Amino acid sequence: MPKGTALDKQGRLKDRPAMTDTTLLLSITIVVFFLLYLFAVFALGGSFAKPQNFLNILNNNAALIVLSCGMSVVMITGGIDISVGAVTCLVCMTCAVNLEQQGGNMATVILIGLGIGLAFGVVQGFLVAHLGIQPFIVSLAGMFFAKGMTTIVSKEPVRVTNEGFLAVKDTRITVPGLGSPNKLGQYIPAYVEVGVIIALLVVVLLFCMLRWTKLGRSFYAVGGNNQSANMLGINVRRTKFLAHVLCSVLAGLGGILYFLHVGSGDVANGAGDEMNAIASSIIGGTLLTGGVGNVLGTFFGVLSLNTIKRIVSSLGFDEAWWSNITVAAMLCLFLVVQSVVLLRKNTSKQ
Amino acid sequence: MQEGAVLEMRGICKYFPGVRALQDVDFTLREGEIHALMGENGAGKSTLIKVLTGVHPKDGGEVHIRGIEGAAVIRSPQDAQNAGISTVYQEITLCPNLSVAENMYIGRAKGSVTNWKQMNQGAGKILDSLGIPATPKQQLGSCSIAVQQMVAIARAVDMECKVLILDEPTSSLDEQEVVKLFGLMRDLKAKGVGIIFVTHFLEQVYEVCDRITVLRDGQLVGEYVIEDLPRVQLVSKMLGKELDDMADIKGESGGVATDQKGAPVLEAQGLCSSAGIKPFDFSIRKGEVNGFTGLLGSGRSECVRAIFGADHVTGGAVKMDGKEVKIKKPLDAMKQGIGYLPEDRKGDGIVGDLSVRENIILAYQVMKGFFRPISRAQAEAFADNYIELLEIKTASADTPIKSLSGGNQQKCILARWLLTDPKYLILDEPTRGIDIGTKIEIQKLVLNLAEKGKSVTFISSEIDEMLRTCSRLLVMRDRKLVGELTGEDLTQTKIMATIAGGDEE
Amino acid sequence: MSTVKNPETQVRRPDESLFKRLTRQQLFIPVAALVLLVLFNLIADPSFFMVSIKENSLGNPVLSGNIVSVLDNASELVILAIGMTLVTASSGGQDISVGATMAIAGSVILRMVCGGQVSADTMQMPLILAVLIGILATMLCGAFNGALVAYFNIQPMVATLIMYTAGRSIAAWINNNQLPIINDLAFKYAGTFLPGIPVPTPIFITALVILAFWLILKFTTLGLYTQSVGINANSSRLNGLDPKLIKLLTYVILGVCVALAGFIRVSRSGSINYSRIAENIEMDAILAVALGGNALSGGKFNIYGSILGAYVIQFLTTTLYKYDVPSTALPAYKAVVVILLVVLSAPVVREKLANMKKAPAKAAKEVS
Repeated sequence: MPKGTALDKQGRLKDRPAMTDTTLLLSITIVVFFLLYLFAVFALGGSFAKPQNFLNILNNNAALIVLSCGMSVVMITGGIDISVGAVTCLVCMTCAVNLEQQGGNMATVILIGLGIGLAFGVVQGFLVAHLGIQPFIVSLAGMFFAKGMTTIVSKEPVRVTNEGFLAVKDTRITVPGLGSPNKLGQYIPAYVEVGVIIALLVVVLLFCMLRWTKLGRSFYAVGGNNQSANMLGINVRRTKFLAHVLCSVLAGLGGILYFLHVGSGDVANGAGDEMNAIASSIIGGTLLTGGVGNVLGTFFGVLSLNTIKRIVSSLGFDEAWWSNITVAAMLCLFLVVQSVVLLRKNTSKQ
Repeated sequence: MQEGAVLEMRGICKYFPGVRALQDVDFTLREGEIHALMGENGAGKSTLIKVLTGVHPKDGGEVHIRGIEGAAVIRSPQDAQNAGISTVYQEITLCPNLSVAENMYIGRAKGSVTNWKQMNQGAGKILDSLGIPATPKQQLGSCSIAVQQMVAIARAVDMECKVLILDEPTSSLDEQEVVKLFGLMRDLKAKGVGIIFVTHFLEQVYEVCDRITVLRDGQLVGEYVIEDLPRVQLVSKMLGKELDDMADIKGESGGVATDQKGAPVLEAQGLCSSAGIKPFDFSIRKGEVNGFTGLLGSGRSECVRAIFGADHVTGGAVKMDGKEVKIKKPLDAMKQGIGYLPEDRKGDGIVGDLSVRENIILAYQVMKGFFRPISRAQAEAFADNYIELLEIKTASADTPIKSLSGGNQQKCILARWLLTDPKYLILDEPTRGIDIGTKIEIQKLVLNLAEKGKSVTFISSEIDEMLRTCSRLLVMRDRKLVGELTGEDLTQTKIMATIAGGDEE
Repeated sequence: MSTVKNPETQVRRPDESLFKRLTRQQLFIPVAALVLLVLFNLIADPSFFMVSIKENSLGNPVLSGNIVSVLDNASELVILAIGMTLVTASSGGQDISVGATMAIAGSVILRMVCGGQVSADTMQMPLILAVLIGILATMLCGAFNGALVAYFNIQPMVATLIMYTAGRSIAAWINNNQLPIINDLAFKYAGTFLPGIPVPTPIFITALVILAFWLILKFTTLGLYTQSVGINANSSRLNGLDPKLIKLLTYVILGVCVALAGFIRVSRSGSINYSRIAENIEMDAILAVALGGNALSGGKFNIYGSILGAYVIQFLTTTLYKYDVPSTALPAYKAVVVILLVVLSAPVVREKLANMKKAPAKAAKEVS
């Protein structure tokens, strides 16, 4: 045993240049996020320094965090799922209609959300994994279908008045030790919504799953090279299938969180969230080629994306288009950096 | 099952569209033996192995494995692993994005939770004991191809297997690594593991194997004890004919060495490239066949890639027919009348989904230019001509090249360059992984070209092949040109000595 | 070697049925889909195919009917599908920014013809010049996408995600978020009718574009180079091609197609809505490529398959509209059709179907 550990200790020095792609990209993301936020606090001061403002990024994006984590899982297996935004929207609308017109309650909302997600996941997973159809096309159809179904459920926005639901929606969990005085000098403790707790739980669970479980490692293997994975004795089809199911179920859960946050069903809910989720995953260090990525990175990806959006708007560029252009520029920057870093790393190896 | 057998395959059949890949093949593997599976390309070796490991479903026959009642059902590589069959494939079948340790354990660990510490320690021990230069936590993609292959072998060895299949494991290993591998195989043999060994190298078969099973055209030719089957007979069994052709080519080789009087076609001075070779000088005369030799990784391919401009050239001067020219990219070289058949046929040579015809005309078309497409009729004429000339076996010129056998693919690439009518042709391992019959045809073709006044640089891992074709050999060691051998010096021992180096420096 | 004769290795598989040979054809799926749609409409309501002459708002007699509207409305999609096919073939991925860059093209063209005003009654610049500037703008977008794909090795879907996200915002920014309107009738000729000609102009433009690509593919080696690069970039490079340049070129060509499609689209109404113009058209364009039997992973392509695919998609859309499917619910129906099509064209399913056909009559009965 001592010999084994000695080798590990020796190896640690050697390990440094051989840092895995996943770790490398994850570190870049985390560093970038902290730099961004520090920049915002020092250069723009005021609002960014308030704890509540930071927590609001979480409050506003709990759903996106969950969606993006699901997206990362599929991207790690080398696939993609662009239906998540539309599924979110469908879940919101169906839940709203259920609460308002069919006398539903929180339990039915959860059932509906996860059920819709599961249904999308099973169908899309089957088509991708067992019939070998490109995930882009499958989830494209899924997106169309979800969009269309939403308007069939209801074209008009549905506001929720169900009390049980509103109670959960308005639950504020104060974060001990954080808070700031308001204009009147009153101390207001900082809070997060219920959704944030669930989202963080999802991040932690997925992180553990990807790192330590057989299934989690299979996702990486399949994304690295699916033929090899097959030869290594991994059931590639089942793995891909489960990745899509997981992603869609998380999209369903994301839908519930989105619904909890906005409290209404609307055809515009979650619009463009598939792109935000993809962007967050990429900023978080997930490669669309598969095999490389980490949900922790994705979490920071969501935070970075929204921090920069807010920085831009507080710099005075508050016309609607600047937000999009910023996201695009950020995405572009990260893609180029990733591509250059990985290219360097690989050529220096040979 | 026979006594002592760990694996029996009876009456195995396998059909692919249009082809009977395996027909009624029997195969028996005994405990503690190394059993060579031999045959030309397309004989069905790989198919037999893929049937055994569950990659391809079989269309007929039965597989019996010791310890399993009745006929074994193997539908996936996972089933094969569970039945005690582990395999190392010719192409590396590991995941480059995972760590070395993970690649050794994934897909076979019991339980659903990964214990990283235990895994890294276990892997470290195995890597140590096999002397593989890699750390468990290292990402596999950052290792060299040879190390990756060794990791694949380590994985297979570590599994408690009854049957170990090695499908051409030596093609990316250098000699010392091969020696190490053979040591390992003997150890396993002593422990009672049955090993199926597929290779193209006859020497290796006679070095380690106990028995040989020969396949030809998807049918069983026979099973032989190694002592009963001399090399010549083995080759004739594989080819299904006597060895006149091999004798022929030896007779011709004498004539080449004298042909030294042509003017230099290409002269390079101080050439070096981004691939990290030391600057080297090189020249070739009209009608000459020379070659680069050296161990794998010694830089022989990098040299010719630098000449062709395939790697980024970082220094040196090149003269064609006495005039200085700049070769920065392959197109420059092509315009100077240089052709290059790359080492990696699948990755750098063929354009898989395109037809045989399009593959043949590709280089010529590029030289003609973007706005001057070759007409369909003309392309057909070119393709038909070379299909006939080189006896390329293909259903038609419209067949996608990827569905041809390795040897025929190689002939198409040759045809591609012959069509451009090059002054100077570089052939990097044109005979690797193809059957003996085609090898001989290609060697003959090289000598023919030289007779017609073309210059050829020929690279091969098999030294006797080089001796048969080349009149001058440049020897590489550690990415450096260390010697040049001609005439009298062209003997196996002399070459070996130069490759090994040692005293002279 | 040459005389190894073994007739048995070349046996034909017994199940080589007519059905199988038919389904293996690349154009089987789009043609079958078209035939099904035509049959459905013939049975449900033959008047679908009626073409009549009506007066348009200017009092000119013009052709009208579902078939005319399919051909007319498919124009942008067909033009995009052509460019998308090349991009798919060379880079093994799709450009998802075409809708957004169409908005940029439209925005640029409108700004040019309005001379920077919010509305103009006559064109402030020769139309041809404005369109050329529009083409230049989208060629730049294409070059940007292409450079990311070719020189930075970024997967096409992701690289074009940047333009997809920013494109409509850039389009709005070009006109300072105003919605310029051009009232010059001549501007609308391209999107509606030329005076005195009863056939919608987009049909002519599309025909010209198809002709142009036919000529390009015939008189240059674009087709061979694109496929070769898409299948194996390494060996293409060793054969003297510059794979990066060729990839870039296909994206720039798509840029030209996008500008033409954008021009037709703004020319239909003479105005622009940045967030709605050509919404979801990238999805239809990719679908057209896939429907045409082209592998979305790149390599071999058939441009005519994509063109046919585009018309089939428009045919489907028009059919659905005719049966009063609300436009917002349309995507759901389309999705079902799409899934049916891709499932039918999946190799796994085709093999199974072919096996069923050759199976005994009893099994065949169950299938039908």
